[in-house]
Amino acid sequence: MKKIALMAAGAALTFAASATPGLAQSTLEAVKSRGALACGVNTGLAGFGAPDSQGVWKGLDVDMCRAVAAAMFGDANKVRYVPLTAQQRFTALQSGEVDMLARNTTWTLQRDTALGLDFVGVNFYDGQGFMVPKKLGVKSAKELNGATVCVQPGTTTELNLTDYFRANKMTFKPVVIEKLEEVTAAYYSGRCDVYTTDRSGLASTRATGPNPNDHVVLPDVISKEPLGPAVRHGDNRWADVVRWTFNSMLEAEEMGITSKNIDQMLNDTNPAIQRFVGKTGDFGKMLGLDEKWSYNVIKQVGNYSESYDRNLSPLGLERGINALWKDGGVMYSPPMR
Amino acid sequence: MAAPNVVTADTATESSFARTPAIRWVRQNLFSNWFNTAVTLALAYMILKGLYSFASWAVFNAVWTVEGTDTRPCREMSGVGACWAVIGEKHRFILFGIYPFDEQWRPLLAIFLFLGLYVVSAMRAFWNRWLAVIWAVGLTLIGALMWGGVFGLTYIENERWGGLPLTLILATFGIALAFPLSIFLALGRRSNLPAIRALSIVYIELIRGVPLITLLIMASVMFPLFLPEGVSIDKLLRAQVAIILFSAAYLAEVVRGGLQAIPKGQFEAADSLGLSYWQKTAKIILPQALQLVIPPLVNTFIGLFKDTSLVLIIGLFDLLTSAKGALLEPAWLGFGVEVYFFVSVIYFAFCFAMSRYSQNLEVELATGHKH
Repeated sequence: MKKIALMAAGAALTFAASATPGLAQSTLEAVKSRGALACGVNTGLAGFGAPDSQGVWKGLDVDMCRAVAAAMFGDANKVRYVPLTAQQRFTALQSGEVDMLARNTTWTLQRDTALGLDFVGVNFYDGQGFMVPKKLGVKSAKELNGATVCVQPGTTTELNLTDYFRANKMTFKPVVIEKLEEVTAAYYSGRCDVYTTDRSGLASTRATGPNPNDHVVLPDVISKEPLGPAVRHGDNRWADVVRWTFNSMLEAEEMGITSKNIDQMLNDTNPAIQRFVGKTGDFGKMLGLDEKWSYNVIKQVGNYSESYDRNLSPLGLERGINALWKDGGVMYSPPMR
Repeated sequence: MAAPNVVTADTATESSFARTPAIRWVRQNLFSNWFNTAVTLALAYMILKGLYSFASWAVFNAVWTVEGTDTRPCREMSGVGACWAVIGEKHRFILFGIYPFDEQWRPLLAIFLFLGLYVVSAMRAFWNRWLAVIWAVGLTLIGALMWGGVFGLTYIENERWGGLPLTLILATFGIALAFPLSIFLALGRRSNLPAIRALSIVYIELIRGVPLITLLIMASVMFPLFLPEGVSIDKLLRAQVAIILFSAAYLAEVVRGGLQAIPKGQFEAADSLGLSYWQKTAKIILPQALQLVIPPLVNTFIGLFKDTSLVLIIGLFDLLTSAKGALLEPAWLGFGVEVYFFVSVIYFAFCFAMSRYSQNLEVELATGHKH
């Protein structure tokens, strides 16, 4: 499998350069004339992109697709979801099979440059975290000195763990187990005090395990896994649309605009809100969209916190560093003016 | 566990009850001496205990329904009783994947059409040219149902097909198209024409030398890169072609095994009658050869049916992928055992039916080779 992935990546690298300039038409125009957004999503990841019992796609990344469709067409349902596996995702974007990727993809230098992607923002700051039983009364990872930690070997997870404890002058006893089911079983049977992996993974482990309420995911994040939507490199007008659609969801949260109150906000006299809902200014024209674009995004999809609460809170994921900057997180939209 | 039949001397003294054949069989085979009795009792205890714990998990302690998505009753019984409520909630998603919810009667009908086609094809009364007509009509109907766009049905692009119909489509077309191709490959490999022989050997060895996953990834990831910008071939079609090409190579070797088992005299007899190559092959060699290889053929078919689940790595929502997808909603996370049990029952039903039918066919067709 690894070899195949390497082969695919190699081919992707070779073709990325030739594929991008071949696009005569900008994606913005292509999507407009097609009347639907082709959005690459995960084949199934709880909270980020997965179909529900009725086959309707739900998740934080799926909301990203819906928001772009709402901004483009005024209809969040005009999305063609293309479920993609980890191997397929980059070629699907490069070959034009999808217009954008919203598939929990980590923004790295290599992907941004050599793979020919453009990341337009970060809709979830993932990273390695810790889960502990609630009865230990631990509130922060800094209190874990001397703990027994369940961890999977051979991944960067193990290295990050060692680095973090060393940097904080703490000691720990690792319990290293290869298979996911076994490592979680070891944690639940009480062989270790702490289980560590990416926080989104911790959240689903917690939700699937026995008595989710007896365990907490600590707010500390010890590695960087910024996940965000991506578009093809060099298609700036399209990148702008996706970027500002996402920013508008953050901006709305910051201004207290929600899907429920936006209709009242239409009559608000605050000039910033007037600009946001498209009463004044011409942001829509600058983006190549109509003036109600951000109104439609918030009305139909909601602001960032609504999307987060809908999709990730049921998994037990607290906002943590994904809170707005004014609430102590790192979510920060450049000003919309 | 039982010793060979031991005829007891005191049959005359037994009651009429003990003389019924079943009771006598039991006494002779299971309780003939103290060792057999002990083994029988120990095994019976273990089997009953196993059955009881399965039944108490699957039936007595099972949670059949829950209020909405409140799965707490299920979670309280975790490990003790099955949560069949997850099947009640998710069975439509497992069976039909992301096909639009309100239109799911269409794939349901398609499943029944497929079953009908299988049953008709299994009956020897239909083994004539009408079978081709029936299949053509059946597949057209299935296509019309699944795609829509005619008779007032809304159009559903095949990206949204999923679940059991998708598995049946992949398996049926995989078998139906790979089988004829494999016969030509097998004949080609035994051909006297060097070019055809070389081509067949290269094809079979090349395809057989790589795993199906490689072919699927090639078809889904690499292939689009070689196409000009804007040209794209359907993802389902690419996967289907990969499955056909892959199974044809395997089936070809099975068919070749059958061809090699035909005695040389049959070929010579056909030649001496002045039959052409195609007459000889179609009327004398293939009917005998294919009949010989029914067990390995069906073995390969069953393997192919289950191999279709590998399309999960290219993001198609076949039966198994849908089952995995059904486990992702936070409220329903963690009921994998129930969902996989449900899906394995479906897979088992199809594979077991194929297996039984092939055994039946062997008996019916075995005219000259019965030992």
